[in-house]
Amino acid sequence: MSGTFVGMPAFPEAAHEAVGNRTLRANLRHATHTIRAKREKAVAEVSDWAELREAGKQIKDHTLRHLDRYLVQLEESVVAAGGTVHWAADADEANEIVTKLVKMTGESEVVKVKSMATQEIGLNEALEAEGIRAYETDLAELIVQLGKDRPSHILVPAIHRNRGEIRDIFAREMSEWGRPAPEGLTDTPAELAEAARLHLREKFLRAKVGISGANFMVADTGTLVVVESEGNGRMCLTLPETLISVVGIEKIVPTWQDLEVFLQTLPRSSTAERMNPYTSMWTGTRDGRAGEGDGPQNFHLVLLDNGRSDTLADEVGRQALRCIRCSACLNVCPVYERAGGHAYGSVYPGPIGAILSPQLRGTASEIDASLPYASSLCGACYEVCPVAIDIPEVLVHLRERIVEGGPVVREGNKVVLKPAKGHAAERAAMRAARWAFSHPGALRTGQRLASRTRRLHPRSLPGPGKAWSGTRDLPAVPAEPFRDWWQRTNGGKEGGK
Amino acid sequence: MSSRERILGRVRRALADAPSEDTPIERAYLREHGDRSVEETVELLAENLADYRAIVHRCTAADLPATLAGMLAARGSKTVLVPPGLERSWLAEADSEQVPDRVESTPHELDRIDSVVTACAVAVAETGTIVLDGGPDQGRRRITLVPDHHICVVRVPDQVVSSVPQALERLDPARPLTWISGPSATSDIELDRVEGVHGPRTLEVVLVDTQASLEVNS
Ligand code: SF4
Repeated sequence: MSGTFVGMPAFPEAAHEAVGNRTLRANLRHATHTIRAKREKAVAEVSDWAELREAGKQIKDHTLRHLDRYLVQLEESVVAAGGTVHWAADADEANEIVTKLVKMTGESEVVKVKSMATQEIGLNEALEAEGIRAYETDLAELIVQLGKDRPSHILVPAIHRNRGEIRDIFAREMSEWGRPAPEGLTDTPAELAEAARLHLREKFLRAKVGISGANFMVADTGTLVVVESEGNGRMCLTLPETLISVVGIEKIVPTWQDLEVFLQTLPRSSTAERMNPYTSMWTGTRDGRAGEGDGPQNFHLVLLDNGRSDTLADEVGRQALRCIRCSACLNVCPVYERAGGHAYGSVYPGPIGAILSPQLRGTASEIDASLPYASSLCGACYEVCPVAIDIPEVLVHLRERIVEGGPVVREGNKVVLKPAKGHAAERAAMRAARWAFSHPGALRTGQRLASRTRRLHPRSLPGPGKAWSGTRDLPAVPAEPFRDWWQRTNGGKEGGK
Repeated sequence: MSSRERILGRVRRALADAPSEDTPIERAYLREHGDRSVEETVELLAENLADYRAIVHRCTAADLPATLAGMLAARGSKTVLVPPGLERSWLAEADSEQVPDRVESTPHELDRIDSVVTACAVAVAETGTIVLDGGPDQGRRRITLVPDHHICVVRVPDQVVSSVPQALERLDPARPLTWISGPSATSDIELDRVEGVHGPRTLEVVLVDTQASLEVNS
């Protein structure tokens, strides 16, 4: 499947390189610390954060447990509102569907809202190969696209670029793609944003086809929700005649009411705002529902599996599918802060990437086998996660899987992984360890927090999760810091647990 | 086998181990945060709107036409876009040329208009959010998006709720909904906040006190 950054070295090497890049480290450190502090304030403002977090977790678990039912219900609601639903088992199929839909419109360019799902499947490249130009319209994505670069953060994908670099990219590349940057462009953020506004407005106003993802899909109403700040999302969802949304099958919430939880937790966890500047919700097409000829005439929803049902089959790992992509876990992760987003070799960087990518893609490649080791198991990611994904638990589980082998599901089929003795994973583990030891700061931060996290870790899941975990004791997860694990197992050579 | 059947089959097999009985979702979170009077809730809305750099005005219903006229004049707006069902009296004193929104108007035409005036469906005090639902006094989604200056009138206190849960209760999911919290903004360049990348760069919200006018009239 696509999605691996081509030619990507395994995490430890990539991280090693990134750590050597001082500009990148400084940009990243500034960013993560700023967002982190703001987020704490935004969360402290709501006294029922713990209850919201618990409800969010329960809603997502409940949805995942009945995902087949909710997918069918969602399909019915979207069709009833005038939309068309397509199912894509993997990246190639999703790209084929979208390409065909764009070609049917007769257009050769599309405007895009920032979307993790379309990055995951490499949609822009697939469209390009068919002669269709996809314009990224989010400012950060524009910086990444013009710079022929990779995103490095879920929320602020161009966080690794400073204003001087952005100015140079705009001045050099904008004319290649459309309206050139104004003469004498300086590096003040306001001027750079203005240049982007002019460059992109030209594209919005003539666009006939828009492509988006979605933050949520509501099963009982068929409503899709996109949460954003800039207004490029609103532009792409509103102006084009045809809208194609590519969305992972896990993005469902059962009812309209459920949005009340996530519309409170997502903005505060993500941009640390009470509410993001714009949230757009649409149900079907302009003719299929109420609302005076508003929005696209044609709406296509592409439901994307691409490893999600395989992830769902893993009892411990499936909780990764609760993720609402807020990126809070990135900003608190001592390893991410030092290694940078690119080191994870995937569109999903940071702690969530370390558990999601190896599940979506399998652990056959060296980078994927090394990702579960890209952590000090400090537990900070679990503490900030608004849907309480126990990332350390999944990391330990995946490490075990890699070192000891065992049954997994790949493309719907049960297969048994061989223990990775003497193979890529082991080498990766050793390199990861070497890397962590040569950056004692990462380890120390991890261990300082570890004991605090263990206290928060329940032995069995509360609420409906109880039924799920009732028959098995949850592993006492982050109990073993990385350093101990390394010493006990001689770096994975003895197949540690 | 179709991909639909393949995916649903995989999902069902993946869930074979999951017990089917279900406990209801625990919704122990609050319906609203804090204990406020109606007046305090409106005050909070004004504060939070301003905190996210919307420009907030307050007036009585009787003063609304003069207030809107003054705002448009101050901005130097030659043209103002008007949704089909906007209360006619609101713009009675405005000098700007009123352009009715028509289905045929192209985005390029909208781009040349200076300002747009709309009502709203509901406003959320705790988050400083106004929500538009495409009703006749708000018009199509695009008219509040393309022009650079959006004036939104909120009827106070009827259209004000405290919280996100209360707002969702009032809204109809079948309508196209736009939630707006402050003007368009980005923090993509070294996390410096810059207003207005793509949407309107200026958002002005008028809180029009409908109760005050009732008292005056009665
Ligand atoms: S794992 Fe949790 S904290 Fe990380 S991005 Fe997903 S929802 Fe946010």
